[in-house]
Amino acid sequence: MDKFVTYTSVVIPMDRANVDTDMILPKQFLKSIKRTGFGPNLFDGLRYEDVGIPDADSSHRPIRKDFVLNLPRYKNGKILLVRENFGSGSSREHAPWAIKGFGIDTIIAPSFADIFFNNSFKNGILLITLSDIDVDTIFKEIEAEVGYQLTIDLENQKIIKNSGKTITFKVDQFKKTCLLEGLDDISLTLQHKQEIQDFEKTYKKKNPWLFK
Amino acid sequence: MSERIGKTLYDKLWDAHVVREDDEGTALIYIDRQLLHEVTSPQAFEGLRMAKRKPWRIDANLATLDHNVPTTEYKTVEDILDPISRIQVQTLGMNTAEFGITVFGIGDVRQGIVHVVGPEEGATLPGMTLVCGDSHTATHGALAALAHGVGTSEVEHVLATQCLIQKKMKNMLVRVEGTLQAGVTPKDVVLALIGKIGTAGANGHAMQFKGLVIREMSIEGRMTICNMAIEAGARVGLTGIDEKTIEYVKNKPFAPKGDNWEKAVASWRELKTDDNAYFDKVVEMDGSLIEPQVSWGTTPEMVTSISGIIPDPKNEKNPVKASGIMRALEYMGLEANMAIKDIPVQYVFIGSCTNARIEDFRAAARILKGQKISSLVEQALAVPGSGLVKKQAEKEGLDKVFIDAGFEWRNPGCSMCLAMNDDKLPEGKHCASTSNRNFEGRQGAGGRTHLVSPEMAAAAAIAGHFVDVREILNG
Repeated sequence: MDKFVTYTSVVIPMDRANVDTDMILPKQFLKSIKRTGFGPNLFDGLRYEDVGIPDADSSHRPIRKDFVLNLPRYKNGKILLVRENFGSGSSREHAPWAIKGFGIDTIIAPSFADIFFNNSFKNGILLITLSDIDVDTIFKEIEAEVGYQLTIDLENQKIIKNSGKTITFKVDQFKKTCLLEGLDDISLTLQHKQEIQDFEKTYKKKNPWLFK
Repeated sequence: MSERIGKTLYDKLWDAHVVREDDEGTALIYIDRQLLHEVTSPQAFEGLRMAKRKPWRIDANLATLDHNVPTTEYKTVEDILDPISRIQVQTLGMNTAEFGITVFGIGDVRQGIVHVVGPEEGATLPGMTLVCGDSHTATHGALAALAHGVGTSEVEHVLATQCLIQKKMKNMLVRVEGTLQAGVTPKDVVLALIGKIGTAGANGHAMQFKGLVIREMSIEGRMTICNMAIEAGARVGLTGIDEKTIEYVKNKPFAPKGDNWEKAVASWRELKTDDNAYFDKVVEMDGSLIEPQVSWGTTPEMVTSISGIIPDPKNEKNPVKASGIMRALEYMGLEANMAIKDIPVQYVFIGSCTNARIEDFRAAARILKGQKISSLVEQALAVPGSGLVKKQAEKEGLDKVFIDAGFEWRNPGCSMCLAMNDDKLPEGKHCASTSNRNFEGRQGAGGRTHLVSPEMAAAAAIAGHFVDVREILNG
């Protein structure tokens, strides 16, 4: 996984609450055997006028011009701003795969659904929980200023505005370390390889029938 | 004298598998067995390949096909008509071959639903930690194993490290005392429990079942109740060890043999909750009062007894619940205050990881013997949970009972439980189903699922609507 470095980006405002994982990536894409390639189908039902087909080329499909991801002013945005309970519904890890595949690295919301929260961090996406008021303020600032950007500084747990104002945020220390060091859970666990091997040795002596 | 608080079975299983634990309670737990199937494993194998990692312990993994396979006659993977399903099935074959993992593929008599196959092969053993990329992994807790579902990233994590990053859950006790009436089954016990505590009633807890009803229950019955612990929000369901557990495991292909068997049994005898153990939550039920259950709505907690009526949203004070009932009744095409016995049944499905073991087919066959399904029933499926269950049933002549009654006797797989294969419940049709989830569209877009026991499904098949199986058994 890439290390999560401080970056500045345009913010995409999606003014919606209770966005569920079926909206993020519709079910017809779940039979894929890959974890990549879902980016073009992120928010498929909201983004395109026709119904998406798995593995089909989406580059020439008719788009819904008014959908926020299709507006030129938010092009190449890597930060998504949404309302409460983002990511509810099914546990599909395909939802964060699609978000990451599209190029979004940070999502800011007043709250997130549990399973989606864990699945996102496992895929290098930073989820920032802010108060309703802070989220609302950013929505208004985006509307007022074309090209509005935010800087995400995970190390110091700060969001920095162009005006110089900052908002601090909380994050689980274990998850923070994983993102900053670019460690997926597996790399981190493998730092304890020796401990696992030692455990296994003792455990095998006690439970030999569990080993071939 | 200091008072020592005892340990629950879950505490003991957890403690025996902690590799390390940090100050915030994040622990590395050693995993003894991972079961794999075609839907949630492809991306995990792809991840291993991309990172150039090898599985930590190949012998800890076992794979089978279940979600996507047809249940009609088929010989090779080419016979799977849906091209995307076919690719998932082929991919499991390629991945297991590449990494040297044992797989029960097409044509293997051991192939079947992952949660039927594991215990049947002795791949699930008491005292184990066991995971699978499927929420119904709770099933295996019936053998006093710590078992739960995981996401695809976690499947990969276990493949690569033999461990899982976990925080410990809380302990919940469900005690069911008394004696079940004839015609009341483990499925009814767990449905009644979910009706009582709700689908989020056990969130964050490992759920252990105790009491006379559980002690008297067969191992397969215990699997049925542990299977549906997740439907009450508990990722883990558990029952303690007893002679039945040991007898069940004995001589299974993957079970220990010889000296190892004696050693294993001695260690397994400790796998029960101490008398003075602490539970964060306790639920008591009187088994003798439980009636056969039928779900009427679109979550498993929307369930009542066969003698009951469909609730009226007007009587529900909680506005969120009232609107939930209204939405469910609209989807199900049912009216408030209607008797459960008046719900028509056009489809019957006996199968799934909840109820597709040999005892389930024996029980349903007892009701069906010498009977015919109603002309109102358009399709009735009997789908054994594995090739071995099917073989055993055929040896006992059960297939003939089902076929003579008008059922289709199928090949093993997840089948109509989840509509990822050719077996789908059509829109608007009511199905008496022995599966575990009655969500909107679960068995097919627009399909209307009613969760019941195998006996109740068989009785509904004969009548064309729900009936009280106790009345049939009592003549």
